[in-house]
Amino acid sequence: MTLAGWLQIAVFFLALLLVTKPLGLYMTRVFTGGYHPLARALGPVERGIYRLAGVDPAQEQSWLSYAVAVLLFSLVGVLTLYGLQRIQGVLPLNPQHLDGVRPDLAFNTAVSFTTNTNWQSYVPETTMTYLTQMAGLAVHNFLSAATGIALALAVIRGFARRRARTVGNFWVDLTRATLYVLLPICIVLALVFIWQGVPQNLNTYTQATTVEGATQTIAQGPVASQEVIKVLGTNGGGFFNANSAHPFENPTPLTNFLQMLAILAIGAGLTYTFGAMVGDTKQGWALFAVMSIIFLAGVAITYWAEARPNPALSGLGITQTAGNLVGKESRFGVAGSSLFAIVTTAASCGAVNAMHDSFTALGGMMPMIFMMLGEVIFGGAGSGLYGIIVLAVLAVFLAGLMVGRTPEYLGKKVEPFDMKMVALALLIFPASVLIFTAIASVTPVGQAGLNNAGPHGFSEILYAYTSTTGNNGSAFAGLSSNTPFYNTTLALAMLIGRFLFVIPVLALAGSMGRKQAVAPGLGTFPTTGPIWVALLVGVILIFGILTFFPALALGPIVEHYLGTQGKLF
Amino acid sequence: MAGSPSDEREPRSVRTRPDRDAAPLRGLEPPTGRTPETDAMQSLSSRRRGGVSVWQWPLVQRALVDAVRKLDPRWMVKSPVMFVVEVGTVLTTGLAAKQLLVGPRTDLPFVLQITVWLWFTVLFANFAEALAEARGKAQADTLRATRTDTPARRLRDGREETVSSSDLRRGDIVVIREGEIIPCDGEVIAGVAYVNEAAITGESAPVLKEPGTDVRSTVTAGTQVVSDWLRVHVTADPGHTFLDRMIALVEGASRQKTPNEIALSILLAGLSIIFLIVVVTLAPFSIYAGAAVSPVVLVSLLVCLLPTTIGALLSAIGIAGMDRVTRFNVLAKSGHAVEAAGDVDVLLLDKTGTITYGNRLAAQVLPINGASPAQAVQAALWSSLGDETPEGKSIVALAGKLGQPVPPEWDGLDATRTPAGAEIIPFSAETRMSGLRFNGRVWRKGAVDALYRALDRAPSADVQAEVDRIAREGGTPLAVAEGDRPVGLIYLKDTVKPGMRERFAALRQMGIRTIMVTGDNPLTAATIAREAGVDDFIAEATPEDKITRIRAEQEAGHLVAMSGDGTNDAPALAQSDVGLAMNSGTAAAKEAANMVDLDSDPTKLIEVVQIGKQLLITRGAITTFSVANDVAKYFAIIPAAFAATYPELNALNIMRLGSPQSAILSAVIFNALIIIALIPLAMRGVAYRPVPAAALLRRNILIYGLGGVVVPFIGIKLIDLIVQMLGVA
Repeated sequence: MTLAGWLQIAVFFLALLLVTKPLGLYMTRVFTGGYHPLARALGPVERGIYRLAGVDPAQEQSWLSYAVAVLLFSLVGVLTLYGLQRIQGVLPLNPQHLDGVRPDLAFNTAVSFTTNTNWQSYVPETTMTYLTQMAGLAVHNFLSAATGIALALAVIRGFARRRARTVGNFWVDLTRATLYVLLPICIVLALVFIWQGVPQNLNTYTQATTVEGATQTIAQGPVASQEVIKVLGTNGGGFFNANSAHPFENPTPLTNFLQMLAILAIGAGLTYTFGAMVGDTKQGWALFAVMSIIFLAGVAITYWAEARPNPALSGLGITQTAGNLVGKESRFGVAGSSLFAIVTTAASCGAVNAMHDSFTALGGMMPMIFMMLGEVIFGGAGSGLYGIIVLAVLAVFLAGLMVGRTPEYLGKKVEPFDMKMVALALLIFPASVLIFTAIASVTPVGQAGLNNAGPHGFSEILYAYTSTTGNNGSAFAGLSSNTPFYNTTLALAMLIGRFLFVIPVLALAGSMGRKQAVAPGLGTFPTTGPIWVALLVGVILIFGILTFFPALALGPIVEHYLGTQGKLF
Repeated sequence: MAGSPSDEREPRSVRTRPDRDAAPLRGLEPPTGRTPETDAMQSLSSRRRGGVSVWQWPLVQRALVDAVRKLDPRWMVKSPVMFVVEVGTVLTTGLAAKQLLVGPRTDLPFVLQITVWLWFTVLFANFAEALAEARGKAQADTLRATRTDTPARRLRDGREETVSSSDLRRGDIVVIREGEIIPCDGEVIAGVAYVNEAAITGESAPVLKEPGTDVRSTVTAGTQVVSDWLRVHVTADPGHTFLDRMIALVEGASRQKTPNEIALSILLAGLSIIFLIVVVTLAPFSIYAGAAVSPVVLVSLLVCLLPTTIGALLSAIGIAGMDRVTRFNVLAKSGHAVEAAGDVDVLLLDKTGTITYGNRLAAQVLPINGASPAQAVQAALWSSLGDETPEGKSIVALAGKLGQPVPPEWDGLDATRTPAGAEIIPFSAETRMSGLRFNGRVWRKGAVDALYRALDRAPSADVQAEVDRIAREGGTPLAVAEGDRPVGLIYLKDTVKPGMRERFAALRQMGIRTIMVTGDNPLTAATIAREAGVDDFIAEATPEDKITRIRAEQEAGHLVAMSGDGTNDAPALAQSDVGLAMNSGTAAAKEAANMVDLDSDPTKLIEVVQIGKQLLITRGAITTFSVANDVAKYFAIIPAAFAATYPELNALNIMRLGSPQSAILSAVIFNALIIIALIPLAMRGVAYRPVPAAALLRRNILIYGLGGVVVPFIGIKLIDLIVQMLGVA
């Protein structure tokens, strides 16, 4: 560990802290119809879209119609993206003459991009045409992120409103999230990326002769435009297989820094939006503090684990003063890679600038744990916020009784129906991860995809289903997942993790919105301040640990102890 | 009297103690007759009131039998957590039987011990619930004994006929004479009598009943007329009387899960499903790792991970909370009402009888007509020596404080035994005066205008000014005369009960606002409000004002509790979130409220709020403790379960438990014993102190959250040492 490494982490966190309030305030104005600079310039566009689509922006929806709108919209997204991939071979913008995509892979990819997961079972540069990348994948990078933000807004309104039957209008939220939040930031950042050397063209791949005389195909394309939304929308699907470790995706320390910041920006900003909309910004900062504490602890542990000599190699007489550099870009080093790994798994982004598979057992366990916590540490665009709200309601219910009142969050009493929705939502994530992992780990089709034996192989399967159910999309690598079995089950895990989770959460928001809020007083359970922050941190960690400890024990934990005895996998 | 509106209203919220009821009806002295029935009732009520130990042998005996009876799966399924445990236990029992009968007996002693402890876990849970129910059942039995058929004298066509109480119907008229048990709930329509209500209230002093007084006209089946007679209009059919309802309530027959309990059950069911998935998927994981974990170990892990502690104690906590309310002599019509009491943050309290004594007590003696202060005080004292009313007694007490003690010849005597030569002038409605003649001297006191008229004089301008001032401040002025000369004014004032100020301060700490409701004018109300330290008051209040205020508070997101006894309180009682009716109140009030205080003490609302909070805190504390326990259990069981496949995982065995089998056994034993260990806490409730929520949370998280993580590490280690010592695993 070096001072420069720690400084890099500190400066990054400071930058995140600085963007939280302005971005959060801006989003509050955008989604509550308040004044903001872009409203005048883009207002006619927004209204034009509503007129074209026949949407009455003043007509709000109940939680159920909102949910139906989200599901229908995503279904159409899956179907069109599936169709586009299947017939891409005969469509334009295909200079490499790539064929249509196999059905199971097309299904997996369609689901992956509409659920904001961006799990990539394929090698992009040899599978997807420019048209698919731009009109298919990039479009869904925007829309799936906007959908997530819209869902978060609906949930916030549930807690902010009193005796309300509606939670907002999905089409309005979707339009505003895309038009006012995602697009403007993307345009600015894309220009910065292009300036830093990220390509943006529609050329055929360059055939180059290397100094050794070998021939190398240099893939390229409209990278910069895809790159920005990949991080800002916590999508994570790279233009190239190497993702953000590729010099064309992430050429300089500046782009690396901006990518990490973009990944967490919306998740962090929404905590402020949440506080502002419920009428007490301290409520938002409390959630921000919870996320920050877990985030920084995770970064520190990973950095420590990666900067140490790999215990597994200590007996081999290798000098490891720089730490564990296997699978890392030397441009980013140990600190930059550790930080990126936690950033991308804390948020359900999944972009990577190093191979998590090559981390030490403990260092590789940290990204997995962050996904197992439910992708709520800043989390995906929108999904992080509504995820942590579910856990906050759980924490309020568990400990809130201890102040002698019916538990309430933001003045809303937690009643049987709400608890039913919370229990359902909490159940879905571990059920999907554990059951799919169990099936894959004992069936021949599952084991066929393993490149490593023993606990490391187990970790690969566990990581894959955790990543897809959590809509993260990062891969541990080492698992050959482009098979009908994995493509199908992983796609199912993504659908379950996104939509089965969202339905009870929206129902919770609808139920909360209908309630009268209890007036706060001295007898109210405090949901701001250090006790609450410590409590919520504890509940998030204990809940994650209780659910996944046995699985982790059989994967990275045992691998770590075996590694200390010199056994490798 | 001095023109304060409250005096024109029906006396409300008045504690029906004979000393106060005696005032208007001198001569009808409360008899002190004892009968076997009243003795039985008193012993019942004293048992109901006292602080009772959890482990009473007869109750334990009863609970042990019930615990076994409750193993019936149809009963167990009500508690999802314990039902899963029972299913797992049946499974290990089957595996143990298979090893025993078919073989191979690979690890029979281990499997047998696990099975036995799992059965104990289920039994302990049932025992906790049964023990909580036992007390209520025993109480119901005693109450039922008083409900036996009693003969009743029914009036038909002007003639008395003797029928059984079970033949009485609504609308019948019955007559009850001295010494007879009242056969029905009803309304007094004629007669005046003292009634012993110990069976219902536990209060041994008889209560006056008379017709047409709203609050004192209601009689309850099972109580006894101890003097004179009553004619009563029957208001409830047999089986629907107050006593019947009370039996059902204390027995818990009509007990339904409260919303909060349901919400917690849902969460526990959700956790159970999650842990079920965690444990079931562990089987394929272990197959992948190379060696399948045995079903017995998996069941043990599951039972340890399930929130069995709270699952086992959940219903016991609810029943015991209700029981605490009952022992406090408050009948809650539902558990929901008790929980809602915990949520209350606004208390609407009547001034009279709740915050103040309601009767006016002497606060000051002012000399007039050139008399010296000592002269005025002496006259006030002598005029009151034969006065047994609270006002009179307070004047004597005030005189003592002002340096004029009771004269020696009166020492130890009272109105019934006067010294020779003393003659009491009793209070009468015509004269509105009372007094004393003694050794040729006469002292009189009474309403100012009445006394002056009797003396054929008119008050001077100075005196009139004083009188007006006292009235304006909400006090009552009395004039006192020695012979024919008025010598002083007595300032009677509504007095705040001692300790109320501190209680309101404590309530404020808990985040509860108190609003005083009074018929007084705003000036008087403000004086009393300041003295009592309430947060707000409604002066010149009408019953409609109460409802309006309750609605306004509820609209602003507050939960309101109030107490009341009159028929005109009924709508407000119904509107409030927690309504506490006085047992002495009218049937309408009792019907509208969700709690009835058998002692008719309106200040009990404060204690009820605390009991409600305590109930919720206990539930939360044990839930938190239960979930926090799991951390240690993982560290015990996971390394043990994979001892064969991955001996390296023994690094996680941070408790250094002896062997894999003893580790698992110890965790299971700890899990069972903690249920028994926490039964007293579940029954008695977590200690509650009136402090702000943030302080309460900090303290309870430290004790039950952090404690819940640490305790099992120590407990499991200790049990493991014992298991090792005994060499059983």
